[in-house]
Amino acid sequence: MKNIGLVFFVILLLVGCENNKSFKNSLDKAQISESDIEYFQNLVGDTVLFTVDQSGLRPDAISILNAQVNWLKEKKFLPITIEGHADEQGTREYNLALGARRATAVREFLLAKGIEQDRISIVTYGKERPLRVCSNEECWSKNRRAVTVVGKKIVE
Amino acid sequence: MVRHSVLKLLKIFSFTSILFINFSFVAAQKNDAPQLDMTVNRGVIKPISLAVPSFIKESGANSIISRELAKVISNNLDSTGLFRSIPQSAYVSMPLSFNTPVQFSDWSIINADVLVMGSVGLKPDGRLEVKFRLWDVSQQKEIGKGKQYFTNSESWRRISHKISDTIYTRVTGEGAYFDSRVVFVSETGPKDNRTKRLAIMDQDGANFRLLKHPPSLVIAPRFSPTTNKIIFTGYETGKPRVYLMDLSSEEITSLPELNGMSFAPRFSADGSQIVLSMTENGNTDIFINTLTTGVKRRLTTNSAIDTAPSFSPDGKSIVFESDRGGGQQLYIISTQGGDAKRISFGKGRYATPVWSPRGDLIAFTKIKEGKFHIGVMRVDGTKERLLTTSFLDEGPAWAPNGRVLMFFRETPGSAGAPSIYSIDISGRNLRKIKTSSFASDPNWSPILN
Repeated sequence: MKNIGLVFFVILLLVGCENNKSFKNSLDKAQISESDIEYFQNLVGDTVLFTVDQSGLRPDAISILNAQVNWLKEKKFLPITIEGHADEQGTREYNLALGARRATAVREFLLAKGIEQDRISIVTYGKERPLRVCSNEECWSKNRRAVTVVGKKIVE
Repeated sequence: MVRHSVLKLLKIFSFTSILFINFSFVAAQKNDAPQLDMTVNRGVIKPISLAVPSFIKESGANSIISRELAKVISNNLDSTGLFRSIPQSAYVSMPLSFNTPVQFSDWSIINADVLVMGSVGLKPDGRLEVKFRLWDVSQQKEIGKGKQYFTNSESWRRISHKISDTIYTRVTGEGAYFDSRVVFVSETGPKDNRTKRLAIMDQDGANFRLLKHPPSLVIAPRFSPTTNKIIFTGYETGKPRVYLMDLSSEEITSLPELNGMSFAPRFSADGSQIVLSMTENGNTDIFINTLTTGVKRRLTTNSAIDTAPSFSPDGKSIVFESDRGGGQQLYIISTQGGDAKRISFGKGRYATPVWSPRGDLIAFTKIKEGKFHIGVMRVDGTKERLLTTSFLDEGPAWAPNGRVLMFFRETPGSAGAPSIYSIDISGRNLRKIKTSSFASDPNWSPILN
């Protein structure tokens, strides 16, 4: 219950924050615990972004993924699912395949850094689950993403 | 006023159909660059003027059905863009009996080229008896022989579609397509929280019905050639997987051999196999799966994205898209495997190829300079023609006669949503199909039995 209250507090603060820095300051004030999944989502960063039509990891993605690895190594019992997404500028089937490539690129990175293979599931959503809904690069750049979802495991 | 005979109009039509349909398969010279990026923008063809009076009511039939039979036929034929119905309010007389001689002067005075005469009666066993005859008004001759149908009274719309098909094929020489259905994805809710449901309707949008399935995401249903099954991609397990649904029971079967992530399935023309994409270790390739044995066979081994496969009608080849050359382009490969041959060479990206049921053309989605198009090309990649352009046009589906395409068009922005459209492969007659929700991923059935 305490955590839920904290999350609401953080969300309220987040609404008022203009940029990442003040967001982080607000989180510090909220004293969110480093072991919370909310901490992983918001402070470690659960999402990495990709260039149009690409599945290669950019430097900004690699620094986020390194932080993910550090956090995940402290949480050995938690399974993770990596969701790969694409923006709306491609056809449905191609975007499913592209989302799978992106999720796989993240999985390969985590495996190379020592995260156990049996903890990781991957799934592609292609362009089916956009985060942002405008039809220009501002939204598209946020939709070309791979999200590391902690605590979720897809059973075959 | 000079009156065109239907036969003269037919000549005009068959001339255009040589231009648009009956492409001769003269192989292009090797040095010839394929003809690319032609957008069709031709003159308007004068539609054939059509009179469809309400069907004559015989023994016990109700007048609603006698009117509606005629209305559905008019709507079908008008929707082709090749016919134009004269409103019934312009008629100077109404036929009173099916067997009395036609007063041709009453129809030539309102410039009707073709007259459809029908009757409907109710048999003692509760079946409808529907009869029709087709007349060339200026020649004062019957076109083909009259036809008679018996059906239960709930199926009267299908009789209208069958009569429409007979008129259409007799007058234009093209194959039938009105007595068919469309399976598609019905979409509701905001763009960032869409609910997608499998749905089915008649080709003209009537008899819309949602199909029963788990609430998880569903994608791109496709008909079996016998029209009693569909195959689609669903997320019930959390991953995209291919499922079969029996349309009469709406029972869903999973295919255990297609483990991992599988999507983009389509049936072969004989229904015994499906071709689909599977993703392993991030790489998407094409597989053929035999439904009776559950044996799957890998067709491509490329590290590129190989997806959106479609069988040729003779079952010997598969057309698919691949980014093995850098961007998405179209390739053809034998169902026995071997090397894939690239057939698209234009600027931009080519996707979602679908082989025409007539075997002569491949329809595709093209993305070029930020716009999406639906286009067609010959199977050797020549004579590319783009039929549409918009922010997002995607996923062409062939009518059973290979003459009309459906696809979906999505509008841009935060309120953006998809609708289904149809277009003639000449590039004329773009029409929005009325649906009660947003709609995408249309797939057209073969002619019903």
